[in-house]
Amino acid sequence: MIPENLKYMESHEWARQEDDIATIGISDYAQSEIQDIVYVELPEVGTEVTQKTEFGVIESVKAAFDLYAPVSGEVIAVNDSLLDAPEQVNDSPYDDGWMLKIRMTDSTELDALLDTDSYQAHIEAEHA
Amino acid sequence: MKQTSLYQVHRVLNAKFTEFGGWEMPLQYSSIVKEHLAVRTTVGLFDLSHMGELEVCGHGANALVQKLSTNDAGRLTDGRVLYTLFCNEAGGIVDDLLIYRYADNHYMLVVNAANIEKDRKWVENHNDTGAEIRDVSENTALIALQGPKSIGILKPLVPEQAISEIRYFRFTCNEVAGIPTTISRTGYTGEAGFELYVSADNAERLWNALYPEVIAADGQPVGLGARDTLRLEAGLRLYGMDMDDNTNPFEVGLSKFVKFKNRQFVGKNALIIEKKKGIARQMVGFQMLDRAVARSGYAVYQSGEHIGNVTSGAPSPSRKCSIGFASIVSEAMSNHNIDIEIRGKLHPAKIVKVPFISTGT
Repeated sequence: MIPENLKYMESHEWARQEDDIATIGISDYAQSEIQDIVYVELPEVGTEVTQKTEFGVIESVKAAFDLYAPVSGEVIAVNDSLLDAPEQVNDSPYDDGWMLKIRMTDSTELDALLDTDSYQAHIEAEHA
Repeated sequence: MKQTSLYQVHRVLNAKFTEFGGWEMPLQYSSIVKEHLAVRTTVGLFDLSHMGELEVCGHGANALVQKLSTNDAGRLTDGRVLYTLFCNEAGGIVDDLLIYRYADNHYMLVVNAANIEKDRKWVENHNDTGAEIRDVSENTALIALQGPKSIGILKPLVPEQAISEIRYFRFTCNEVAGIPTTISRTGYTGEAGFELYVSADNAERLWNALYPEVIAADGQPVGLGARDTLRLEAGLRLYGMDMDDNTNPFEVGLSKFVKFKNRQFVGKNALIIEKKKGIARQMVGFQMLDRAVARSGYAVYQSGEHIGNVTSGAPSPSRKCSIGFASIVSEAMSNHNIDIEIRGKLHPAKIVKVPFISTGT
């Protein structure tokens, strides 16, 4: 279950582009590997994030996992509902479980990310 | 890495594995939270065959066990189990363990997986009574059945009345599904339950006899992930996390398992001195006041001062907040407000009573 029209990081974050805005989250594969998400720590609106650097943390019962930004830019919206209901990342990783909206400084950064087929291949290689 | 005799069974069940004390063990089968809640509400089935079993037999077995144990092993009668510690000459904890008394000259010590070699040497090096010491870990499998439905599952599989008479921290040697088993009413979850010791050859037979009953009772096979959250909620310490060779029993809240009266044991003199000196550090339970998760090693503060560190911490599936143990300076205990540093930021927490749940043992 990997939606088309998204771009992926090898570290399993996704980005969905609408003009110069990217919505980001983690993939279904990532949530199923992490399981039992109990806490999501996200930056505040106005924060600048940089592609491939840490922007937040998710915690499962067992461990903490760093989140990496798929694109650079300014955070213009944060999914605050994840603070009280972090399990939405497990239940709906591509919709209700979205994390940030970022106004991209350079949307060509998306070209460096994996498309659906490459991401699928990446998961299979990682899982093998 | 070593594997238990049930390794293939776990593979077929699609378990995720983890390394623990040199063993490749199931971390989880479905989800840690699901498995945890199954033990609290119905029943869970565990493979704990990585645990070590040392037999101490023959003439002098009694004296040897008593000499090493901080708790009074002399109070044991046949069919009883004792939770105790081994301490070194400085009072540091060598291991925490269960002692089973089969007979006056026959004991089984159940020790932590990572400490099997250390404990065997420890016992051997103190054996001046001529007791026979055997490491039977390789040939012994341990399957635990834990949770409120565990008695109902076990009852039809054992001869009539065999288990109705077993009270908490007692055991009996009988058959489960026709398999010779040491049936022990013990556990590491805070729930009613049993720990079943069988020969490794019989492990799969016993698992297969129990597994369908567990599933039929809405139970789950349970991995080490939920074992850790279950023991944490029940307020039970874990060797290697909450205590080690450099901590004494008083510092980790285990003083009730140290019995000085009318007996000698290794470490006694040091522990008497430590107790007189006063205990500089104490172990406390804490609960986070926001949703952040405090984990082992995180720094604990009070009014801006560093007072100690988290030794074990995890989200509590029963309480929906994070809980843990921290080792803090004794002076800080009177004020229950603390902060825990998580990724450079202080998060509020408070010192609370343990166990974190009401137990059903």
